[in-house]
Amino acid sequence: MMTIQELNEIKERTLKTMELRLQKKDTGKHVLICGGPGCHSSNAGEIKEVFEEKIREKGLDDVKVTLAGCFGLCETGPNVEIYPEGIFYSRIKVEDIDKIVDSHLCKGEIVEELLYEGSIEDGNIKPVSEVDFYKKQVKIALRNCGIIDYENIDEYIALDGYQALAKVVLEMTPQEVIELMKEANLRGRGGAGFPAGRKWETAFKYPADQKYVICNADEGDPGAFMDRSILEGDPHSVLEAMAICGYAIGADQGFIYIRAEYPVAVHRLEVAIRQAREKGLLGKNIFGTDFNFDIELRLGAGAFVCGEGTALMESIEGKRGMPRPKIHRTAHRGLWGKPTIINNVETFANVPAIILKGADWFKSIGTEDSPGTKVFALGGKIKNTGLVEIPMGITLREIIFDIGGGIPNGKEFKAVQTGGPSGGCIPKEHLDTPVDFASLGKLGSIMGSGGMIVLDEDDCMVDIARFFLDFTVDESCGKCVPCREGTKRMLEILERIVNGEGTPEDLDRLESLAETITEGSLCGLGQTAANPVISTMKYFRDEYEAHVYEKRCPAGSCQALLEFFITEDCIGCTKCARNCPVSCIEGKVKERHVIDTGKCIKCGTCMEVCPVGAVIKR
Amino acid sequence: MEFVFDWEANEENIRELKIFIKENKGKKGALMAVLHKAQDLFGYLPIEVQRMISEELRIPLSEIYGVATFYSQFSLIPKGKYKIGICLGTACYVKGAQEILEKLKEVLGIDVGQTTPDKKFSIDATRCLGACGLAPVMMINDDVYGRLTVDDIEEIINKYK
Amino acid sequence: MGNVTITIDGQKVTVPQDYYIIQAAKEIGIDIPALCYDPNLEVAGACRLCLVEVEGWRKLETSCSTKVREGMVIYTESERVVNMRKEILQLLLDNHPNDCLTCQKAGECLLQQYAYRYDVKFREHDGARRPNYVDTSSPYILKDDSKCILCGKCVRTCAQVHDRKVLAFAGRGFDTRIVADGDFTLEESSCVSCNRCVVVCPVGALVDRRLLGKTRVWDSQIKGVKCKACDYGCNFEVISKKGKNIAVRAKAPSQGRPLCLKGRLTTEFIYLDEPETPYKKVNGKFVEASWKEALELDGIFEKLVEEEKKGVGAE
Repeated sequence: MMTIQELNEIKERTLKTMELRLQKKDTGKHVLICGGPGCHSSNAGEIKEVFEEKIREKGLDDVKVTLAGCFGLCETGPNVEIYPEGIFYSRIKVEDIDKIVDSHLCKGEIVEELLYEGSIEDGNIKPVSEVDFYKKQVKIALRNCGIIDYENIDEYIALDGYQALAKVVLEMTPQEVIELMKEANLRGRGGAGFPAGRKWETAFKYPADQKYVICNADEGDPGAFMDRSILEGDPHSVLEAMAICGYAIGADQGFIYIRAEYPVAVHRLEVAIRQAREKGLLGKNIFGTDFNFDIELRLGAGAFVCGEGTALMESIEGKRGMPRPKIHRTAHRGLWGKPTIINNVETFANVPAIILKGADWFKSIGTEDSPGTKVFALGGKIKNTGLVEIPMGITLREIIFDIGGGIPNGKEFKAVQTGGPSGGCIPKEHLDTPVDFASLGKLGSIMGSGGMIVLDEDDCMVDIARFFLDFTVDESCGKCVPCREGTKRMLEILERIVNGEGTPEDLDRLESLAETITEGSLCGLGQTAANPVISTMKYFRDEYEAHVYEKRCPAGSCQALLEFFITEDCIGCTKCARNCPVSCIEGKVKERHVIDTGKCIKCGTCMEVCPVGAVIKR
Repeated sequence: MEFVFDWEANEENIRELKIFIKENKGKKGALMAVLHKAQDLFGYLPIEVQRMISEELRIPLSEIYGVATFYSQFSLIPKGKYKIGICLGTACYVKGAQEILEKLKEVLGIDVGQTTPDKKFSIDATRCLGACGLAPVMMINDDVYGRLTVDDIEEIINKYK
Repeated sequence: MGNVTITIDGQKVTVPQDYYIIQAAKEIGIDIPALCYDPNLEVAGACRLCLVEVEGWRKLETSCSTKVREGMVIYTESERVVNMRKEILQLLLDNHPNDCLTCQKAGECLLQQYAYRYDVKFREHDGARRPNYVDTSSPYILKDDSKCILCGKCVRTCAQVHDRKVLAFAGRGFDTRIVADGDFTLEESSCVSCNRCVVVCPVGALVDRRLLGKTRVWDSQIKGVKCKACDYGCNFEVISKKGKNIAVRAKAPSQGRPLCLKGRLTTEFIYLDEPETPYKKVNGKFVEASWKEALELDGIFEKLVEEEKKGVGAE
C-alpha cells in the first residue's frame, strides 16, 4: 500500500533526476528520444542504444538518455531533443549519432545540419518551445508525452501523477467528484462529445452490486493515432483517470479495450498496470481507504464497429461485436448487464488535470461550448504530419497552415477530412471555422476522435467518398438492413461513377440512400456512414457532375477517366510506339506521335519511357 | 486451396493452448483471448482447433465460428511465414498505398487475404497502423517499412525470399 | 408495475409501462410491420422496419425496442415512416431472388406481404447478391441462403434451447451468413431437426422440406393439433388438401419443451394418410429408419400402438 507521504517522497526524489529536461538546471545534458508510433517504427530503440553506447565510450557521466512518448512531429522522425537547451534534431540516423555526441554533448556545439529545419529562423536557432509547430499548442491530454519515460511510473508521479487519485479518495466524496466533472464540462473526445460528468452521474445514481469502467482504446478511424500516442507515451494518466471514475461511480473493476493492431501500446500498458499494482495504486485499499480498483486489458481483433460502445461490450464479453438495440442506457445496463461507464483514452487523459487544477482552469481554455483542448492527428497532404493538441476554438486554418505548415510541393489546398469514416470533408471556404463540436457539426462533419486528413488539388473527392464507403462496407457488422445493404449499394454507385459509368439518376439514388442509412441505421457507425458522401456532394457536387456528365475527373486522379496524350514536346523518337503493349501509338520518326485513345489500355508505359516527358495524363 | 491440419506436428502447440485455456477458463469473456492465443500458435484457426476450444470452454462451436469469422485478425486459412500488412488507412491511401498494394500483389502473385502456395508470404490490407507520419506504410511481421515508393517493393520482398 | 396512456395514430391506449410501442399498438389492432421482431425472442432491432415517429423526438425509433412513456404520441404510418419502410424493403428486395412464383413460402412470406402492403417491387440491377447456396442435406429442413434476410430469428430461437445453439451468424457485413456449427451442412452439423428455426423464419430461407412441392397455403386447410409424444404437447399443424392429410409441420413449442423430431414424426404418424419414410441421423448421416426406430417404440408399447392404429398406415 502506498500512502500520500510515500507518493510525495517519490515525487521529490524523481523530480531531481528530471531537472535538466524541465529546464530547471543547466549543468549536464539530457538526450530525449521520441518513442512515439512513427519514430518507434523507424528505429528509435536502436538510436537510444547507440547514444548510450557512445556516451559510455566518451565517459560522459552527466548525460542521461531517455526514450519518451510522442513528440508530435512525426513527419521529421526519428526525433531527438537535447536539454537543457531544448535543441531539436530531426531525421536522425544511427550514423548521425557520433556527430551529435562529439560536438554537441562533448563540446556544446550544435550540429546545425541535423537540426529540425523549422528551428532555424533568420539564422538563429530556436528552442523547441519556440518552433511554429509547438507554439500554438496547449497540452493537457499530452501533458507528459515526450517528457517522461513511459515505462517509469516514478517519472509520472514526479509530474503530479496519482496526486489526483489521492485527492479524490482521501478528500472528496463521489458526489463532489461528479459535480466537479460536470462543472468542468469535459465532453467525450471519442466522437459524439457527450459530457463525461453527466454520464458518470447516471451510473453513480443507479444502484447495483457491480459496476464497470471501460476505457475505449479501439481507435479505429483510419488516419488517427492520438489515443495510441497517449497510451504509449503516458499510460498512467489513463489508469489514474479510470480509477478516479471508478471511485466516482462506485466501480471496482476497469477494462481497457484496445485494438490488437497496437502491440506496442498493449505492452506499455501491461508494464504500467503491473507497476501501478506493485505500488498499490491499483488493487485493494488504495491510499489506505476502502476503495478497491483494478484494471484488465482486453484485446480487439480487427473490427472497427467495436469502437461503438455496445459492440465493444459484446466483444469484451467474448462475442461478435454487433451493437445492441438501444433499450437501456449503458450507464444502467452495460457490460454483463451492469452499469458501465465508457470513455475514450483522450477523455480519460484529461481527468487527472481537471481534478488537480479545477473546473475554472479547464473552462478558461477552449470555448464555452467545448472547453479544454483537442488532440488531432494531422496527416495526408500536409508538411508537418503529426500530432497536435490545440485549444478548442482555434480555426482550421491555424491548425493546417500555422501549425501544420500548409500543403507541400506548392499544391493547392482542397479540403480537410475530419472525423474519419463518420465525418466529412470541409472545403476551403470554411477554413476559418473554429474547431469545436457545434461548428464542425454544422458543416456536416464531426469532431470525431481527431483524425484530420488534408487533401490537395490532386485528390478526387468522389474517390475519397468511395474510399470511406469501401471502409464502411468492409466494417459494417451486418446486423441492420440500412447499413448492411445500403452502404453496399452506395459503394457500387460510387465505383460506377469513378469508373465513368455513372448516370444522373445515380446522384439522386446516392442522396436517397444517404438519407435512409443516416436515419434508419441501428448504431452510430451506420448513422454516420453516409457523411463522407453527403459532405462531398454538398461541397463538391461539380466534381460528381463532371464524372457523370462529362466522364472527366477534374482532379486527374480516377484512372478510368484519364487519357494519355502526347504533347507538342514530342521529338518523334518512336520509343513510346515501340514499347506500347497494344500498339496504339502511331507516328513517323521525328514527328509528333498520336495515341489512339480507343485502343489505349492506360498502362502508362509510354509515359514511363518517354525521354522528354511529352506524354501526359489528362 | 486446402490446407490440412497436422495434429502430430502441432502436438506441442495444442498442449500449450490447453494450458492457456485452463488458466483463462474462469475469466468472463475468455473466448477472444483464447482465439488470439490459438491464432498466434497455429497461424490460423483450423476447424479442428475451434472444435477443441468449444469442448474445453463449453461454448457451442457455432458461436466460436461466428466470432472467428467476425474479426478480421482471425483467419481460417494459414498465414504466410512472412505476414505482410499493407496499411490502407486514409493517410496512407492519399499518399499512394493502393499502388504499393498493386505492386505487391504483382510481385507475389497473390491477392489480398491469400497466402503463397509455399506458405512463405501472405498479404493483408490492414487498418490504420497509427504510423501515419510515415505514410505509406507496410509491415512484414514486426518490421515497419515507411515512406514507401512502388520501386522499393521488389527489393524489400527479396530480403525475405 | 404501473400503467401509462399513450396515443397511437390518434387512438388512446393504456398499457403496462414496460411495454414496447409495438406491443401497445397490437393491443388496439395496429399492426406495425417487423421482420426480426418476435415477442418470444430477445429484441434485436435489426430489420428497422418497425420504425415509427414519436412526436417531439428528432429521430425515428424502432417500436420493437422503445418502451412506452406517459403521454407519448406516436405515428406508425406517417409519410416519413412509410418512405423509410419503402426504402428498407427495396434494399431487401434488391438482394433477394425474384422467385416468389415457385417459392414454397409464397402466401405466408412476410417480406412478400410487406412489399405488397407498401407497393415495393423487384427491380433490375447488376449489383452484388447473396451467394446462391442451398443446403439440401437434411430431409426435414431446406436452407436457402439466397433468400435469407439475416433477421436472426432462427439464431435466437435455436439459442433458447440450452444444448442446441446450432445456428449462428458468421462472417461480417454484407457477407454475413447463417451457418450451422462450423459452417457445416445441416446433416453434418449437430442440428436435431426440431424445426424451431423453420417456424420463425419470415421468408423462404428455412422451409419444411417435407412440405416442399406438396401444396400452396391457399390450396390447403391447416388444422392445429397438440403433439402426443409426451405430456407437454407442443403445437403442430396438419395440412390437408382435398380432404387428405398430406403434411405436418411444427407450429410452436409448448411451455417447458423445445419441439423435437420425435414429436414431429409421432404427429406425422398419427395424422397423415401416407406418411413419408422417416430419417434418423446416425453419425452425422441421415439414414432411412423404420417407424419403430423413429418413434423409439419398443416391446409392449409397440403392440399397443399397432392395436390402436390398425389400418392407419403402419409399416
